[in-house]
Amino acid sequence: MNFSFLSDPQYDILGAFWMTVQLTFFSAIGAFVLGVVLAAMRVSPVPLMRGFGAGVVNIVRNIPLTVIIIMMSQVIANQLGVRLASPGPGLSTQAALDLGNFRLAVVGFVIYTSTFVCEAIRSGINTVPAGQAEAARAIGLTFSQVLRIVVLPQAIRAVVAPLGSVLIALTKNTTVASAIGVSEAALLMNTLIENEADKFTAVFLVIAAGFIVLTLPTGLVFGALAKKASVKR
Amino acid sequence: MSERATVLYDVPGPRARRLNLVISVIFGALLAALVWWLLALLARKNQLTAQKWAPFLEAQNWTTYLLPGLWATLQAAAVSVIIALPVGALLGIGRLADHAWVRWPAGIIVEFFRSIPVIILMLFAFQLWYFVVGTSSPFAAVVIGLVLYNGSVLAEVFRAGILAVPKGQTEAAMAIGLSRSQTITMILLPQAITTMLPAVVSQLVVVVKDTALGGILVGYVELRRSAGTSASAYRNLLPTYIVVALIYIVINLLLGYLSTYLERKLRSRHGGPRVEVVNVGVQTDLLGRQEIMVLDEPGSATVKPQGRSGYSPP
Repeated sequence: MNFSFLSDPQYDILGAFWMTVQLTFFSAIGAFVLGVVLAAMRVSPVPLMRGFGAGVVNIVRNIPLTVIIIMMSQVIANQLGVRLASPGPGLSTQAALDLGNFRLAVVGFVIYTSTFVCEAIRSGINTVPAGQAEAARAIGLTFSQVLRIVVLPQAIRAVVAPLGSVLIALTKNTTVASAIGVSEAALLMNTLIENEADKFTAVFLVIAAGFIVLTLPTGLVFGALAKKASVKR
Repeated sequence: MSERATVLYDVPGPRARRLNLVISVIFGALLAALVWWLLALLARKNQLTAQKWAPFLEAQNWTTYLLPGLWATLQAAAVSVIIALPVGALLGIGRLADHAWVRWPAGIIVEFFRSIPVIILMLFAFQLWYFVVGTSSPFAAVVIGLVLYNGSVLAEVFRAGILAVPKGQTEAAMAIGLSRSQTITMILLPQAITTMLPAVVSQLVVVVKDTALGGILVGYVELRRSAGTSASAYRNLLPTYIVVALIYIVINLLLGYLSTYLERKLRSRHGGPRVEVVNVGVQTDLLGRQEIMVLDEPGSATVKPQGRSGYSPP
């Protein structure tokens, strides 16, 4: 098998995977924050908030990520004129376009992934038996004490493993950013396969290896964390 | 549903109810303001004019772009699932085999294809098809990509389903002298299939959504891509994307309800295997990595095995 494209300077394989990592990193942070907010709404005592949270989750989760990402670029940016980066000193038109697309993709990933984060957190909270909180309230703990001492320590344990899977799924999902021209791994693979069609198996193996290198440690770390945190009931 | 005790709070008393009402009013006002702001923005950008939305009343738009696109999406999803199910069953059973030379390859195949993005698989399948068959077929690329990924995911569903059958069943089968393959095909699989059904249906949601990946790089004209052509013809990008999103939401919500319905039906069924259908199916593989099959109540069933070797429940 011929891997000569690896040393060809016109293909920046490490750069493409660095872009994948960046997309994953920023999207993960945003999705976690938004996911926590959505989860808080879904478990709140206010019916309107619960309904809103459930509505957002059920709508966003059922739209293909591809549709969301392309919507970000074509509808939000082009039709509604929302620009997330504008050319200026030190930022050429092309660089601003690239940065804008990167940010649009991150926003799209944040919106999509936050619904999965929300559901992971919500189901984590639901694993805590109601009797635990009832007992805590019966001995006179206040709401914040119940949350801090009894519920959250148990809920967080149940949430670690699902959050790990969400992170792995997000890493793989960042390939959808190729739809709006973010130069990450999938777009590079597309170029490589067009230019080096005869070496497509080698290209596939290299890109696949890249993703395994990214997702395997995530899985191992979260698996170990979950095992350490798991609580026997 | 409005008033209930949960793990976080008790049934609200008069004071809490007043507070909830106040928060509801404030939150409702904020939501109304947000909706108003959005509508105003859309109106300012001329997105709410009749001209932009009228194309959806034209039969030609539906028969030329939207319905063929939807048909292509459903076709790819259906063909993929029909092929992925037996592939998944084989791999899932393979991972439970007694022989290491079956178990290991099955495990490696499942782990490999589960860790790779579907787009990458589709790109590879596109080129592979061209290399082997000599013609380019976006449809084949989409189907092969989806089968490789979902076959691996379904293998895990099958494995969990089989592991969820109570251990006594296997022991009884061994006691009457059935071989390992007889035990699996005659005793374990028939019981596992019913408990796995909800998880399989909710995997359909993932498949339907993932067909849209075929429109990005391998050029399969599914619903989104076809609607994109319609949007340039009628110059109504925003309305078209909203309609496309709605079509997907309706299909996937229906699949979700079907899955929930099946799950409830199984839960209330008398007789048969006593398996616990849990809300979140977290599956641990050999590397300790876990994958949630499904996350929410629309179609949230995966089966929880009752502690057997090679599998540690979350």
